[in-house]
Amino acid sequence: MTLTPSTARAAFEAAAAQRILITDGAFGTEIQTKGLVEADYAGDLGLTHDQKGNNDILALTRPDVPESIHRAYFEAGADIAETNTFSANRISQADYGAEHLVGDINRQSAALARRVADEFAAKDAENGIIRPRFVAGAIGPTNKTLSLSPDVNDPGYREIDFDFLTDVYLEQAAALVEGGSDFILIETVFDTLNAKAGIMAVKKLEQQLGREVPIMLSMTLTDLSGRNLSGHTVEAFWYAVRHAKPLTVGLNCSFGATQLRPHVKSLSAIADTYIMIYPNAGLPNELGEYDEMPDTTAGFVHEWAIAGQVNVLGGCCGSSPAHIAAMAKAVESVAPRKLPPIECKTRLAGLEPFIMAA
Amino acid sequence: MTQNSTIASASSRFVNIGERTNVTGSARFKKLVMAGDYPAAVEVARQQVENGAQVIDVNMDEGLLDAVEAMTTFLKLIAAEPDIARVPLMIDSSKWEVIEAGLKCVSGKPIVNSISMKEGEDAFLDQARKCMNYGAAVVVMAFDEKGQADTKERKVAICKRAYDLLTGIGFPPEDIIFDANVFAVATGIEEHDRYALDFIEAVAELRTLCPHAHYSGGLSNLSFSFRGNETVRRAMHSVFLYHAIPAGLDMAIVNAGQLDVYDQIEPKLREACEDVILMRAPPEGSGFDTATERLIALAESYKGVSVEAEKQAAEWRSYPVEKRLEHALVKGIDAHIVEDTEEMRAATSERGGRPIEVIEGPLMDGMNVVGDLFGSGKMFLPQVVKSARVMKKAVAHLIPYIEAEKEPGAKAKGRIIMATVKGDVHDIGKNIVGVVLQCNGYEVIDLGVMVPWSKILESAKEHDADIIGLSGLITPSLDEMVTVAEEMQREGMTIPLLIGGATTSKVHTALRIDPAYEGPVIYVLDASRAVGVASQLLSDTQRDSFVLNTADDYEKVRVTRANKGQSALLPLNEARENRFVADMSQKAPPPAHPGVHVFDGWDLADLVETFDWTPFFRAWELAGTYPAILDDEIVGESARNLFVDAKAMLAKIVSEKWLTAKGVAGFWPCHRDGDDVVLNAQDAGETRLTFLRQQVKKSRDRANFCLSDFIDPAGDWIGGFAVSIHGIEPHIARFQAAHDDYSDILLKALADRFAEAFAERLHEHVRKNLWGYATGEQLTNEALIREQYRGIRPAPGYPACPDHSLKPILFDLLSAQDNAGIVLTESHAMLPTAAVSGFYFAHPDSQYFGVARIGRDQLEDYAARRGVDIAVAERWLRPNLD
Repeated sequence: MTLTPSTARAAFEAAAAQRILITDGAFGTEIQTKGLVEADYAGDLGLTHDQKGNNDILALTRPDVPESIHRAYFEAGADIAETNTFSANRISQADYGAEHLVGDINRQSAALARRVADEFAAKDAENGIIRPRFVAGAIGPTNKTLSLSPDVNDPGYREIDFDFLTDVYLEQAAALVEGGSDFILIETVFDTLNAKAGIMAVKKLEQQLGREVPIMLSMTLTDLSGRNLSGHTVEAFWYAVRHAKPLTVGLNCSFGATQLRPHVKSLSAIADTYIMIYPNAGLPNELGEYDEMPDTTAGFVHEWAIAGQVNVLGGCCGSSPAHIAAMAKAVESVAPRKLPPIECKTRLAGLEPFIMAA
Repeated sequence: MTQNSTIASASSRFVNIGERTNVTGSARFKKLVMAGDYPAAVEVARQQVENGAQVIDVNMDEGLLDAVEAMTTFLKLIAAEPDIARVPLMIDSSKWEVIEAGLKCVSGKPIVNSISMKEGEDAFLDQARKCMNYGAAVVVMAFDEKGQADTKERKVAICKRAYDLLTGIGFPPEDIIFDANVFAVATGIEEHDRYALDFIEAVAELRTLCPHAHYSGGLSNLSFSFRGNETVRRAMHSVFLYHAIPAGLDMAIVNAGQLDVYDQIEPKLREACEDVILMRAPPEGSGFDTATERLIALAESYKGVSVEAEKQAAEWRSYPVEKRLEHALVKGIDAHIVEDTEEMRAATSERGGRPIEVIEGPLMDGMNVVGDLFGSGKMFLPQVVKSARVMKKAVAHLIPYIEAEKEPGAKAKGRIIMATVKGDVHDIGKNIVGVVLQCNGYEVIDLGVMVPWSKILESAKEHDADIIGLSGLITPSLDEMVTVAEEMQREGMTIPLLIGGATTSKVHTALRIDPAYEGPVIYVLDASRAVGVASQLLSDTQRDSFVLNTADDYEKVRVTRANKGQSALLPLNEARENRFVADMSQKAPPPAHPGVHVFDGWDLADLVETFDWTPFFRAWELAGTYPAILDDEIVGESARNLFVDAKAMLAKIVSEKWLTAKGVAGFWPCHRDGDDVVLNAQDAGETRLTFLRQQVKKSRDRANFCLSDFIDPAGDWIGGFAVSIHGIEPHIARFQAAHDDYSDILLKALADRFAEAFAERLHEHVRKNLWGYATGEQLTNEALIREQYRGIRPAPGYPACPDHSLKPILFDLLSAQDNAGIVLTESHAMLPTAAVSGFYFAHPDSQYFGVARIGRDQLEDYAARRGVDIAVAERWLRPNLD
């Protein structure tokens, strides 16, 4: 079956050819500033579990909260809104007894992000500016892993299997797209195999819908040598997921921008697609708070921009609209990274890359 | 190490793929996996990586393994080992389901080995798309609907076609690796001479036709005709690579330690290999017409071990007589055994010895060598059975002398009663165990087949037996074994009871048989375990701990079983609601030739072409898939020799018409009624076929199958068949008279193959002609074996239709006794033994499944539908109940 190409992809590529695009920043830390109480989260859904901390459910109970945060990031200069759905999957929502709401949460989250995005694009259009805004439906890694055993005495044991996780992701991705997401962002990938299940889920969704659903992939590093939790180096990760033909690949969360630097550089050199990096606002201090100032973060990412290593920038934990505004300003006039020509070679991967001679 | 230098060091012109974690290539790895010793199996993978393998090939294709389970278990375990998981994997299987299961466990980007156009473009592209979605490179075999590519033209055409198809669906060309089939050269057959050159030239041509693709090949085939001559084989492989790599070959599954450095090959040999591989004429004046002749002649001087062996072949006749006896036993040569035994007897007699000393001395010494070699995995079952034949002939020669002297028989290590239980007729496995035990010095009293418990107990007492061994192949035999155990208990016996046979299992033994008898009950997995079990049971020092350990082990099985949360069952009505809904607009048309069709003597030669050889080798405990097994590093030689003997016997069976293939097939109008299929308007009223429905709770989109789901309630057709192979008895009698267990087992195993082939062939005839719903079907034998056709032929007593008691109903419909000469025992086993029967379902969605566990509600419902007591139904369906 031939898939209908994504028009959002074309619009994104056109924009990314012109300038460095900006994605948004943290949601969790922004929500914390709103001082919500349990009743705000729970609403009148009649759930039996305590909902405090279930940020994603706010789409149903306090949609004004995520909406206002999206608005703040667009105002700060973002081109992309990432839906507030990091944990809106059946596995994570089970902790809140809300797994039956997964469809609604994702649809509503996507819809409200879409609404705000369209509002900003329309406002620009009124002023004669063509500047599309994009909605990336965010899919987190869940708290289960396909590659590792949670039982040190039984290394062959797995809590879940590939097909199950694929179904979990498919349910979430379908609702995100239904709600109006342009892309599916598989983010904070600590387990490469989980990401492969996410890719499989989107491939299945595409077949169901008969149209292309572009994927954005973002890996998170868990040690300074540049590997994720499942042990893949940045290159090995790229070869393992390259079949997704993602719109963007990149890194998020992990540590602060300084620690990410060498890995951004190496990924930028080998990926024949757009690079999206959204680091934390530095490393947490002894109180667990992120206190890197917006201009400091912006200064670091500006270096990558100057070096021609990035196409999309944004923030993860601890970043605020102020950080995003500072970044947008810092890279405003810097030319975006050009996609490097990549030699056609067989690129395989274990935890480390393996390239066959052509 | 920086990222860039990692890439640089990992890149190389020729990829070295580790082949030690492949059960078809490494006997050691296979043994570890079969034994469930995964920690040691993981170490094999680690060593490979440490020794420089850049990719590791994992293959679990072994008949006795659950390959999906083994593959996923192993891949998950090595994923936990960063030292191993750092390199990419090659997931190697001939079964797509195994490949896909593996893909779901691999976090990097692996290579799939392999897919091909064997089953047509659709299946090929479907698998390719899946590989793309999982993120994997693929090895594509040069194989199309017509078969493997042999000529250069076919190799090029098939690979190019595959390349165009793959790139047409967006498959990255750099992720395609072609295996263009390396075949044996220098076989003496002129058409084979071009094979190596064809491969090299095909690769060179494809390289320009298929940009970015890669080329792989398995080397061991190339030098197949020089097996046993390592020097020549290594030289051929090195020379081949020397020329194939520049042409474009860029990876090979090869043991790098077994390659020679091209420059260091002796020039004369190198040149001869080169002439053969590149199809050059031998040098002027070399005295040879062809390169093959020259290499064969030259190979003689490199034979090394084989030269020694040949010299021995001529020399052993000059050994002292004791040595000759040992040699004959170990090599299984019966040509001179009677004269040698007589010479030994005469010599013994001359120095005042008794004839029994010949047995106790040199003959037992020789058999001990055989036993040791078998025990240590250096000899395989077919060789052991040949050795036993030699032994039996020697003993037969001595018996009259021993009886004349009225001396007591030789003291055996122990006396074992063996029997196939009442109602069951299968004895190949039991005979093999008997032979192996005899080879190891045990006296075996074989009571034959269909032996009632009373006779087993009587014989055990009469002969003062040390052990009783029971065998059975069909499920009702399980109950019969419990009965034997109960009766032994009632008699107050204490001797060990051994349990074996295809239907038996450790779990059943622990759960049902062991509790019925206080004496030791031991499940014996296969013939190779029998000796170890018997020797421990009869050893003064090891017996107690062995018995205790086994009892503990079975207790653990029982406890685990009791604690195991069994998969949930649906109530029968819910299972029925979740029935499989077939699209009845797709059902097959009525048969072109309804009614019953009798085949009184199907052409045997035709059946030979349809043989599925893999189970034949498995019957001899040679594990591996045909034809790869013939070239297996470990059992290959054994398998080849067995194959030669089998082919020779087959030729006689066919040309001398030893056997007759009789069969019957019929079709009847019917309709579905609930889980039953009701046959309309038979003369004697309606016939109701009662089928069982799966009740185990399924994941969302899977149905709870019942065979009746494939039948239209509004009217449909069902078929049935029974085939059997007749005429084996006089030949078996002849072999037994000649003390020739080897030929006896060989003939029985071949008769089984004929029956299976007949069932397959008849089904094909039904699909294409008699029923005629698949007139245009074109399948290779391999595709037939893999059941890639439309419609199924489930047999009563097998997973989709586990009740053996449907057989009498089927046999009545077919008049199978009159029309095919098959009778049923009280346990519904078929006689003659080489027989197959079953139903035909033609709906395109028909598929095999296992009924598995059913609930009490279905048992009661089934009993009511069959009009039998629940207790009777319980006995029939025992394996499907809790």
